[in-house]
Amino acid sequence: MTTAEQTAVLLSLRVASVGALASLPFAIAVAYLLARVRFPGRIALDVAVHLPLVLPPVVTGWLLLIEFGRNEPLGAFLERAFGFSFAFRWTGAALAAAVMGFPLMVRAIRLSIEAVDRRLEQAAATLGASRLRIFATVTLPLALPGVFAGLILGFAKAIGEFGATITFVANIPGETQTLATLIYNTTQDPDGAPATWRLTAIAVVIAVVALAGSEGLARGFRASAR
Amino acid sequence: MIEIRVRRALGPATIETDIRAEGRTLALVGPSGGGKTTILNMIAGLETPDWGRIAFDDVLLFDSDRGVNLAPRERRIGYVFQEPRLFPHYSVAGNLRYGARASAAHKTLVEFDEVVEWLGIGHLLDRRPQKLSGGEKQRVAIGRALLSRPRALLLDEPLSALDEARREEILNLLERLRDRLSIPMVLVSHRLDEVERIAVASAQVEPGRKVTLRV
Repeated sequence: MTTAEQTAVLLSLRVASVGALASLPFAIAVAYLLARVRFPGRIALDVAVHLPLVLPPVVTGWLLLIEFGRNEPLGAFLERAFGFSFAFRWTGAALAAAVMGFPLMVRAIRLSIEAVDRRLEQAAATLGASRLRIFATVTLPLALPGVFAGLILGFAKAIGEFGATITFVANIPGETQTLATLIYNTTQDPDGAPATWRLTAIAVVIAVVALAGSEGLARGFRASAR
Repeated sequence: MIEIRVRRALGPATIETDIRAEGRTLALVGPSGGGKTTILNMIAGLETPDWGRIAFDDVLLFDSDRGVNLAPRERRIGYVFQEPRLFPHYSVAGNLRYGARASAAHKTLVEFDEVVEWLGIGHLLDRRPQKLSGGEKQRVAIGRALLSRPRALLLDEPLSALDEARREEILNLLERLRDRLSIPMVLVSHRLDEVERIAVASAQVEPGRKVTLRV
């Protein structure tokens, strides 16, 4: 494996981990709102969350670009206020990965929250627990398997993300060149077949490890629930 | 003084009560589907009456005319549900202590050790609810409600899931609770003979009939 390939693999892992973990609290909050709270604008929120799933990834990447580009209002503000930028940086790749994985995470977590027996939440309320305490001590612990499933899905989606990433932060070696965008390069190279094979094998290994990990976690949950 | 005067439309039927009692332990008796659980839910704040007033002693829980409707967690009504509804991810001890934290500011009704001894559940404290028998679950649910320092206790069919021997055991326990504790209790059952030993007064709950009780 060449240095460029190693760099891309490590960057992919970092982008996917940061993207999935950083978006997890938001995904849990949105999933809870959609599953348990009736409020005006609920359907609009539901649609907005699902948009990255149905829009062409290029469109999502372009929308991110016109929000967070260095000369766009939001991007310029972040740069001025916090010295922080998403544009053409690995943080932008993580943001793109997080946005693309968000609908999958929310769906998995929402389903598991909806499956939590509301009668247990009622029982907690009669015992004097506040809404926040009920969420932290009853709803969330019982929904944990779904939270982990959502995390794995988000991570897997992030590893494979291509369209939004390359549109938003391009394909810069060492900064935004991930496994997926590097494979794109090697497929365009007439002599790139061996590199493509190597990187494909690595992608398969990462996928298998992630799936085995989630299966192991699911088994652990089932065992501890017994 | 227990006052439960409420009206709630449920589909084609209307549940209406006119209960004013000085007695401490009341029973609501009637066939299933008659609205007994709905009445308990309204007392606990899990369902809202269309109209009415609910008060225990001098504490007003609900009054439609005055716009009073306390949230369940503010009512401090210990509720032993028909299915025990224990938290599956907590041990028995964790379940028992769940309500104690939220109500720390209020007067203790009974101490933890005392409840554990009364209910005979000392050997179960580390277990998960899934490993308990029906009678054991019922006792833990009663203990959990008592330890939340409630101003009143509601028991929905506390005997229905139990065999004969366990029934006798829970009945004895309820009798002791009634004599030892100063809080009002409302029991629900589909069999009068089950509860007449405990309750000082009982009212019949039937579909389409107003539940009236004056003691």
